[in-house]
Amino acid sequence: MELAGITKRFPGVVANHDIHLTVRRGTVHALCGENGAGKSTLMKILYGMQKPDEGTITLDGEQVTLHTPGDAIARGIGMVHQHFMLADNLTVLENVVLGAEKLHGIGGKARAKIKEISDSYGLGVRPDAMVEDLGVADRQRVEILKVLYRGARTLILDEPTAVLVPQEVDALFDNLRELKAEGLTVIFISHKLGEVLSVADDITVIRRGTTVGSAVPSETTPKQLAELMVGSELPSPETRESTVTDTPMLTVEDLKMSAVDPDGVVRDVLGGISFTIRKGEVLGIAGVEGNGQAELVEAIMGMRPLDSGTVTLDGTDVSQAPTRKRREDGIGYIPEDRHRHGLLLEAPLWENRILGHVTEKPNSKGALLDPKAARADTERIVREYDVRTPGIEVTAASLSGGNQQKLIVGREMSHLPKLLIAAHPTRGVDVGAQAQIWDQIREARHEGLAVLLISADLDELIGLSDTLRVMFRGRLVADADPAAITPEELGSAMTGAASGHLEHVDEQEEEGGDDA
Amino acid sequence: MSLAKKFDKNKLILGLAAPLLAIVAAVAVTSVIIAITGKDPFHAYQVMVDYGSKSDSQVWIINKAVPYYLSALAVAIGFRMNLFNIGVDGQYRIAAFFAAVVGGAMTMPGFIQIPVIIITAMVVGAIWAGIAGLLKVTRGVNEVISTIMLNAIGGSIIGYFLQDGRLGKKEGNMVHTPVLPDSAHFFEIPTQPKPIYGFVVIAAIAGLAYWFVLNRTRFGFDLRTVGQSESAAAASGVNVKRMVITSMVLSGATAGLVGMPTLLGISYNYGTDFPVGIGFTGIAIALLGRNNPVGMALAALLWGFLERTGTQLEFEGYAQEIVGVVQGVIVLCVVIAYEIVRRYGLKTQQRKVGEELAAQARKSDKAEVSA
Repeated sequence: MELAGITKRFPGVVANHDIHLTVRRGTVHALCGENGAGKSTLMKILYGMQKPDEGTITLDGEQVTLHTPGDAIARGIGMVHQHFMLADNLTVLENVVLGAEKLHGIGGKARAKIKEISDSYGLGVRPDAMVEDLGVADRQRVEILKVLYRGARTLILDEPTAVLVPQEVDALFDNLRELKAEGLTVIFISHKLGEVLSVADDITVIRRGTTVGSAVPSETTPKQLAELMVGSELPSPETRESTVTDTPMLTVEDLKMSAVDPDGVVRDVLGGISFTIRKGEVLGIAGVEGNGQAELVEAIMGMRPLDSGTVTLDGTDVSQAPTRKRREDGIGYIPEDRHRHGLLLEAPLWENRILGHVTEKPNSKGALLDPKAARADTERIVREYDVRTPGIEVTAASLSGGNQQKLIVGREMSHLPKLLIAAHPTRGVDVGAQAQIWDQIREARHEGLAVLLISADLDELIGLSDTLRVMFRGRLVADADPAAITPEELGSAMTGAASGHLEHVDEQEEEGGDDA
Repeated sequence: MSLAKKFDKNKLILGLAAPLLAIVAAVAVTSVIIAITGKDPFHAYQVMVDYGSKSDSQVWIINKAVPYYLSALAVAIGFRMNLFNIGVDGQYRIAAFFAAVVGGAMTMPGFIQIPVIIITAMVVGAIWAGIAGLLKVTRGVNEVISTIMLNAIGGSIIGYFLQDGRLGKKEGNMVHTPVLPDSAHFFEIPTQPKPIYGFVVIAAIAGLAYWFVLNRTRFGFDLRTVGQSESAAAASGVNVKRMVITSMVLSGATAGLVGMPTLLGISYNYGTDFPVGIGFTGIAIALLGRNNPVGMALAALLWGFLERTGTQLEFEGYAQEIVGVVQGVIVLCVVIAYEIVRRYGLKTQQRKVGEELAAQARKSDKAEVSA
């Protein structure tokens, strides 16, 4: 497969220009680059979801034009999306045959085919399990199987490891090697260097929408690869000296919240959470998504009612205070889903600057808005936080993810928060913005800010946090010292395999010691 | 700076493009329909323009537009919040009914009497709409369903009380509430050949207040935030449930004003012939005016113009239903045209931002290379 001179002008920020990519049959080819470098756009072009403005795609020596994903599938290209596209309330079998009923029907033949694929690549898929009962890794295998079932010989995996803990990543890589052994081609998109080096046969690096080089894993060090990706020194999230003080800023005690799940069963989403964050401290919470982190944030923000427990901010009990009061009292919030919780996408930037701080200066005077001051201050944020935009009258939707996030960070920091809740602050953000956001968190922490950091990026968590906790099924099950822990050790606690205080073990057997 | 200006200019062009596109499309479709009925569409337009521009028509149109405008404001308050208050019709009727009852039962100087009547109407309208808001936040009842049902309930309540011996009085074959004393007559603006209702002033004030509250106050910002994204509003600290009730109450209070030009300016009582259906007209006008206070005023006038000239078309041998068809076509064209222009505008803007930044990036790339 060969892509030559691919250019895509795209409403957004990164235009793919002049991309060259050659993938050999029967190999794992890694495509790496920072968030926002244009990897996903390129893959969408390859999968027929978008048409390139210029350039050609050649498959097995034949030049092709892919109009729809259907064309791509017909030519044996399949894609496993970053966000799974499965129907929870159906079984694995039903999900696999959905939309491909013509191939092998929906009955015994389909089941046999699924078994056959599953066995030959070691996927271990159970056709009759309900998808909603499956974990993330299993779902991913179902997605892979779905693609293979449709006859794909080339698989595109878009950031497949983003949702997995380290142990699951290893299992996925074993699967990929099986696929390769059977003569299939895998295109593997990632920005994690270690993974890329361990699984790929060839590497192509994309930076700012264009291919900047290729590498052979056996002859490349992570550092060299990083410099190719970033174009310069890789930013590191590590914080230098500790700024932790003795003054508690946020204390939560015994937070409990329950919710009714789709089956009508009452489940504890928060099962008695207690912790304290002191001034100048970053408390990092690790955990596989969906273990109560979102609920914890919403409880502290006052967006969801608690069954019991207290939240104390800077010595004041705010357990009963509404969200607005808590924000006025000094909680800054970088939400996990900025489109749903942090922005008004169709409103201009200066109105987005007001969002969440409408009662505070400079946005309003008394009950009246002060659009003039708000506009002026938005100009300042755009300048100081390096938000790349042609002006403050454009809608938030027209900015790239990284620039949207910089605007949010700028807005929250502008009100000098006492506590910053940062949920996945650098998710979907390009490398430049990532470094800036880390710098800002560090700087604010230096000035006595308390930070609750929730992230799926374990390097970010370990690098930024002063204290680490692991959340599993609504409880804080383990704690660790970020100075002496590896992502793998953290990962085992995230799956519930370890608890208590995690000690770094130098020996081969990695286990969290229960010395609580 | 020049770029910001360019964006504004584009915005203006786009702003004009939508109504223009809508009018052209509406005229085209209407012409086709009239032609299908075997009549000359251009003669019809001629008749409408000639008749509609007569001075008695102008007064008629303005007077007709006042309640339409107030009704549209009431609907628009809901729309800005993403609430569909389909119950303005019931709200204004029950409000006007009780205001007429209260007004008919007292004799006070005008400066007390009139405000009491108006406030009664606003309070009753607010309560009636507030019920729907309350049901929505406490029981999750969709406001479309509850307000439709409240329309029916309101109608029945009026029907029950508006009987001889209860709150109504029989006169001929009509039943109405006691007639308001002269002190409750609202002032008129003396124009020829007939006066314009003084309530046009109240309508203008209401329109101004609508614009000011929504665009210049914290409360208005919160309201619009909820309308644009409920989740973002909740995260930003707006109490969404309370905002639902508040905006329904405001919408209902505005709806309460809808019946006032009639009650205080023409009928001076609430009878079985009190106008119905203005609440639904208000929905069309709010859509047509895109919830914009000036746009809705123009839409209300256009509506009055169509109704006025429609009767004249009948005399010229055109089908009576043609006006209804024209009104429907206009609303559809406007809704579609605005959506097309909105999407186009959003796309252009995104592309521009993209191009701009790509250019910046290329420049900085070159700078790095040359450095």
